[in-house]
Amino acid sequence: MTSLVQGLVAAVLKRPWRATAFVRQLLRPVPDAAPVTLTQRRIYVLPTRSGLTFAFLLMLMLLGSINYGNSMGFVLTFLLASLALVSILHTWRNLARLTVRAGHSEPVFAGQHARIEVCLDNALGLARYAIGLRAAGVAGDVVDVPPHAGACPGVAVPAHTRGRMAVPSFTLATTFPLGLFRAWTHLDLAMHCLVYPQPSADTRPLPASPDDQGTGSQRGEGQEDFAGLRTWRAGESLRQVAWKAVAREQGMLAKQFAGEAQQAVWLDWHGLAGLDSEARLSRLTRWVLDADAAGVRYGLRLPACTLPPGTGEVQRRRCLEALAMFEP
Amino acid sequence: MNRLVWLLASLALAIAPHLAHLPVWVGPLCVGLGIWRVAVERGITPWPRKALVVALTLGCTAGILFEYRTLLGRDAGVTLLVTMIALKLMEMRTPRDTLVTVFLAYFLVSAGFLYSQSIPMALYLLGVVWLTTTTMIGYHDPNGGLAARLRLKLAGTLLLQAVPLMLVLFVLFPRIPPIWALPEDAHAGLTGLSDSMRPGEISQLIQSSEVAFRVQFDRAPPPASARYWRGPVLWDYDGQTWSARTPAAGTAPPVQPRGEPVRYLLTLEPHNQRWLFALDLPAAAPADSRIQADMQMLAHAPVRQRMRYRLTSYPDSRLDDPLDAATRQRALALPARANPRTRALAERWRAEEADGTRIVERALRLFREQSFFYTLNPPRLGAHAMDDFLFGSRRGFCEHYASAFVTLMRAAGLPARVVTGYQGGAPNPLGDYWIVRQSDAHAWSEVWLDGRGWVRVDPTAAVSPDRVEQGIAAALPAAELPLALSRLDLGWLQAARMRWDLVNNRWNQWVLGYGQEGQRSLLAGLHPWLARWEGMITALASGIALLLAGLAAWSLRHGLRRDRDPALAAYHRFCTRLARRGLARAAHEGPQDYAARVLRARPDLAPAVMAITRDYIDLRYGRTPGQLARLRRAVRDFRP
Repeated sequence: MTSLVQGLVAAVLKRPWRATAFVRQLLRPVPDAAPVTLTQRRIYVLPTRSGLTFAFLLMLMLLGSINYGNSMGFVLTFLLASLALVSILHTWRNLARLTVRAGHSEPVFAGQHARIEVCLDNALGLARYAIGLRAAGVAGDVVDVPPHAGACPGVAVPAHTRGRMAVPSFTLATTFPLGLFRAWTHLDLAMHCLVYPQPSADTRPLPASPDDQGTGSQRGEGQEDFAGLRTWRAGESLRQVAWKAVAREQGMLAKQFAGEAQQAVWLDWHGLAGLDSEARLSRLTRWVLDADAAGVRYGLRLPACTLPPGTGEVQRRRCLEALAMFEP
Repeated sequence: MNRLVWLLASLALAIAPHLAHLPVWVGPLCVGLGIWRVAVERGITPWPRKALVVALTLGCTAGILFEYRTLLGRDAGVTLLVTMIALKLMEMRTPRDTLVTVFLAYFLVSAGFLYSQSIPMALYLLGVVWLTTTTMIGYHDPNGGLAARLRLKLAGTLLLQAVPLMLVLFVLFPRIPPIWALPEDAHAGLTGLSDSMRPGEISQLIQSSEVAFRVQFDRAPPPASARYWRGPVLWDYDGQTWSARTPAAGTAPPVQPRGEPVRYLLTLEPHNQRWLFALDLPAAAPADSRIQADMQMLAHAPVRQRMRYRLTSYPDSRLDDPLDAATRQRALALPARANPRTRALAERWRAEEADGTRIVERALRLFREQSFFYTLNPPRLGAHAMDDFLFGSRRGFCEHYASAFVTLMRAAGLPARVVTGYQGGAPNPLGDYWIVRQSDAHAWSEVWLDGRGWVRVDPTAAVSPDRVEQGIAAALPAAELPLALSRLDLGWLQAARMRWDLVNNRWNQWVLGYGQEGQRSLLAGLHPWLARWEGMITALASGIALLLAGLAAWSLRHGLRRDRDPALAAYHRFCTRLARRGLARAAHEGPQDYAARVLRARPDLAPAVMAITRDYIDLRYGRTPGQLARLRRAVRDFRP
């Protein structure tokens, strides 16, 4: 406590230019893990620039009323001043008792913008309007939250480096209904977003699979000679589903092709000697995407782990996650 | 687009009451720029170039300078404000610009009160404030989640919640005198008597039914023949105009208490002149005013706000201090060579009659016995105005008679002067006070008679006794009556007019007249401490804090705790009714499961239960809005 006071005094008296930084440090929210319900203590209200302009206008009107001894001028000036005061309550109430929880955030590639979603739940019969989300200096969606309903505004935050990106603390703010005051809350829900490595730009072909030299990549795709049906496993490419069998209500079956088991491409970290590790990850990311697009069975070999060959959405995600979280 | 329409409507309604006193080109300019802005918004025309806007701005400023020779003052200032708002439409691109324009609409409303503070105008302008607030809400609802009806409702709620705070501020905010001098046109357009009298001037004034002042008598009011409200006293005549070039010399003689005193409270409407009105003869002047030697009462400053003062008058008292030579000379002066026939007549009377009283009687007999008419529309008079009137037209209004009489008296060697003011007044039976209107304006004469002093003589009474006894409306021929005085004596109309005046009187006294004085006396009446600065400030701060805290508590309870969805409330009533029949809804049960269980137990209720459940689900979860009224009706009629 003493150090806090000392810090404040020092900040304000000795280094006023650092006071704002210090105050910001003080106001930085403590991370909350669970959903947060906005109570009185979490909501701040201050006048906006429009509010200050309005106050200036009211001063002019008051001077005019005094000078002309105009009673209705006084009535109007005081009515507008009271209107501004009352609007504080409405602005504050527009945020109060909303429950805020972390929303869904899709993984992105480094260099892209990650869309962070925050979900607002309104458990009360009071409609909320024009609540804006803001994070890392970027303004996001402005949403209305109907009574007994929810809304999930999002904001696009730039993702620079791969890995688990900690979503910075964010602000929920509203100036509804009159724009004279701004009520806001500053929250940190300890949210994270997965950032995949940036795929390298050059289009080098996929490495050839070590066990099928000479047969050509045509065979490698493994979709030439139809061999029969087997049970479809979750995560496999939908292209392999035998839709005719599904239509005959035989269940989800996958088409089995001759030579499928051995036709797999290995995307190997060790095969990329001469590049630094980030460049290797970038190249591997590109190959994962290319292989997935081509429908090729592929596996990923990294120094710490090996992902067996496979296809489909799940394989793609597993590989990209492994690349994102790679620690040399 | 929708928002722009609201903004333009608010601005139009805020500008509308000003159009009457703005230069004629302002209205078309505003309409034109408004249409242009809509065209820009619709993409029909591009934004105007900066140079064009600057040129228009300079043009408007030049136009205002040409019209008023200044940019300051009330009229020029309002014109400037209106034109600048209209031009702002042409470069209003950012939300901030827009908000500033909305604020300016509020400012225009406050300027509107400089021209009229009547009850209808106040209601109209408060309506404009409501609309402007609705517009402002629209600009802060970017998703358009609020329908226009809801925006209007929210603006109304905000304003209604602001009213108690506004009342506290209005009553307790310390009132102070003006901070700097007002521009000259601040009080233009007030009607009332002027400091001179030309033929036709008072007959102009009586066309107006505006209130000059209101009077509350402590006891019975004096009879009509004694209700002469003294205003400016005019001494100097140039053949056309009576005036008072210099104030009467000397100080007022003390009024001898004689007969029954009349005590009363007078509320004078502002007339931008210094004189105050009093029943003949006032014993003492109220605060910040004095009485001149000719018994004219003058305030130290022009009356620019409604003013209340308490007076005691002695109608039977006389002014009989001896005349000094200079005053006598002034009261006998006539323009040389003017009106020879009048002079000849007066000199003949002087030769024939022994004393002044008989001369006065001859003059009055002349008015009574010759065919003189009392009319609002006298013919124009020539260079010898009094000769033309007395020997020619013989048709005139009170100013003609007073003027002719005083001329005759002066020519006959009797000191005389013209007194203007009001005569009569009508009681308001509802409010226990009397109203004296501009239409009661009157001019009469005073003659100095040896041994009696100044004696009031009203020559109009000789021609038309009804004028004094029953008022102006009874004295004039019906065809000449101005609309305001029309004799259509509809009972209910008269009653309504009186009631309206009563409301206006209260409005004037309690709202418009609430200034420094009123505040001090009201607050001192509650508690002396309140009338002091620290008392006012403390009460103001605590009053606002209390009201805001109360409002916060109320809005929390009302908005955040209680479920206000009407469909849910109706459904809860439905569940409660079933619960009384032993079919309470379980916590885990959705409306459909609940309905199914109810129907198994009570198949007879099927139609109502199904209809209510369906409507409720539609309203709460459906995409198409259900029918709330139908649900409510069904629940109301539901009797399991």
